Amino acid sequence: MKKVIITVVGKDTVGIIARVSAYLAKNGVNILDIAQTVVGGYFNMMMVADASKYTKSFERLGAALDRIGAEMGLKIRCQKSEIFEKMHRV
Amino acid sequence: MINLSEVIETNRMILEENLDVRTITMGISLLDCAGSSLAKTCAAIEAKLMRLAGRLVRTGDDIGREFGVPVVNKRISVTPAAIVGSACCRRPADFVKIAKTLDRAARRLGVNFVGGFSAIVSKGMTPADEMLIRSIPEALASTERVCSSVNVGSTKTGLDMDAVRLMGEIVKATAERTRKRGSIGCAKLVVLCNAPDDNPFMAGAFHGVTEGDAVLHVGVSGPGVVHRVLAGSCRGVDFETLCETVKRTAFKITRVGQIVAQEAAKRLGVPFGIVDLSLAPTPAVGDSVADILKEIGVEHPGAPGTTAALALLNDQVKKGGVMASSYVGGLSGAFIPVSEDQGMIDAVRAGALSIEKLEAMTCVCSVGLDMIAVPGSTSASTIAGVIADEAAIGMVNQKTTAVRIIPVAGRKVGDFVEFGGLLGGAPVMKVSPFSCERFVARRGRIPAPIHSFRN
Repeated sequence: MKKVIITVVGKDTVGIIARVSAYLAKNGVNILDIAQTVVGGYFNMMMVADASKYTKSFERLGAALDRIGAEMGLKIRCQKSEIFEKMHRV
Repeated sequence: MINLSEVIETNRMILEENLDVRTITMGISLLDCAGSSLAKTCAAIEAKLMRLAGRLVRTGDDIGREFGVPVVNKRISVTPAAIVGSACCRRPADFVKIAKTLDRAARRLGVNFVGGFSAIVSKGMTPADEMLIRSIPEALASTERVCSSVNVGSTKTGLDMDAVRLMGEIVKATAERTRKRGSIGCAKLVVLCNAPDDNPFMAGAFHGVTEGDAVLHVGVSGPGVVHRVLAGSCRGVDFETLCETVKRTAFKITRVGQIVAQEAAKRLGVPFGIVDLSLAPTPAVGDSVADILKEIGVEHPGAPGTTAALALLNDQVKKGGVMASSYVGGLSGAFIPVSEDQGMIDAVRAGALSIEKLEAMTCVCSVGLDMIAVPGSTSASTIAGVIADEAAIGMVNQKTTAVRIIPVAGRKVGDFVEFGGLLGGAPVMKVSPFSCERFVARRGRIPAPIHSFRN
């Protein structure tokens, strides 16, 4: 499984999760977990997703999410999960 | 399971605190390129570098994108050129041709530096070693990306004072040959004692003969991260809490290096070497080791207490780092270059930091007198004396020390020299006006210290 972490940071607005998950669903990326918090009007969301059925390159996935983020005035990042797993676990 | 606060923390380190992988450096052996024909040797060098490192830059960028952490520099280190060229170089100009070959390959590959225009002369110089050393001013003046280093001593061998004296002259000549560009040649020339074979950081990187054919080393950084954590939660806390915090942070930073190193090695099909867990500052605001020292509690680096604070920092970085990676190597510690750290520049300008205090600080951290600009009128024997002092600290304390000093042609104390980019800029610092001429004029070696006899 190619586990990725998608993070969304920006001003809270209607339909953030809908837009992101619609793209993921259309492209075969399975969402495993979602966590979110709003701090001072700023929306912080993390999706853990399985991208093993995503057929295009990782670069394309990142670029597509980046585009959605730009349209909604948000910062969307997509990173492989290992960096978080390794950094915070002995 | 990964939780949201950890993800936010990691991304804050990257986006706001300059956490990055400072360099992935591919070490490449050029021993099999050596021959008795200079033209054939140069062709073999270029072919081997292109073959092994052809995908280095692309791979570094890919990994950076996928993990979301910048891999800032992609570099190459090679077998010391004095060894590679010993059979085919008859005069210093021949070694310049090897330097130009390395430079051309670096440009073609898109790497910003190639290290290894080096000679290891800890105990004595072969004719080839001496020729390479004499070619350094021309080599650095006529190339852009080549870095040069000379190892003049070790704990096991003592100090080769003939090489030290010669390096005083070479540093001066390099400054003169590049005087129109702020004597920038000297920023790419470092004189070492106890140089490690697996250092990924420039200018001292070379691929030692103890290494395999090709290997991948990674240098991590992140002084900004350490500073932010200390500023956020360590004001007025006791030393135990302070140390624990630095250690935990160093662990996290090093883990990033470890994962990038393993991934890059796998994709490039070369073995993973080491992670160098140094805190390496850059001229960027907030990416400063000096700021950490200030946060620990000194007004400016150079104030009383600075050496102790640096010792503490260096040690905790190592203790956190070794837990994070199975193979730690290179220099591993805190770097205290003047020109590349805004906080150090401020300290010099405030009159808090002198060369003598910097020398004391190098006793407890991973490098030496680094990126220090001094007046162009400084004599070759004074520079040799500075090199000898620093090398003696390394020799006696069984650690790496280095000198990267820039006697900026035509400049005097108080002037400011801009080198640009990663090299930053530096205020010209005062050097002791007293002579060591008679000391460095002596021939031969300083013997190895008594505690090197361990057999």
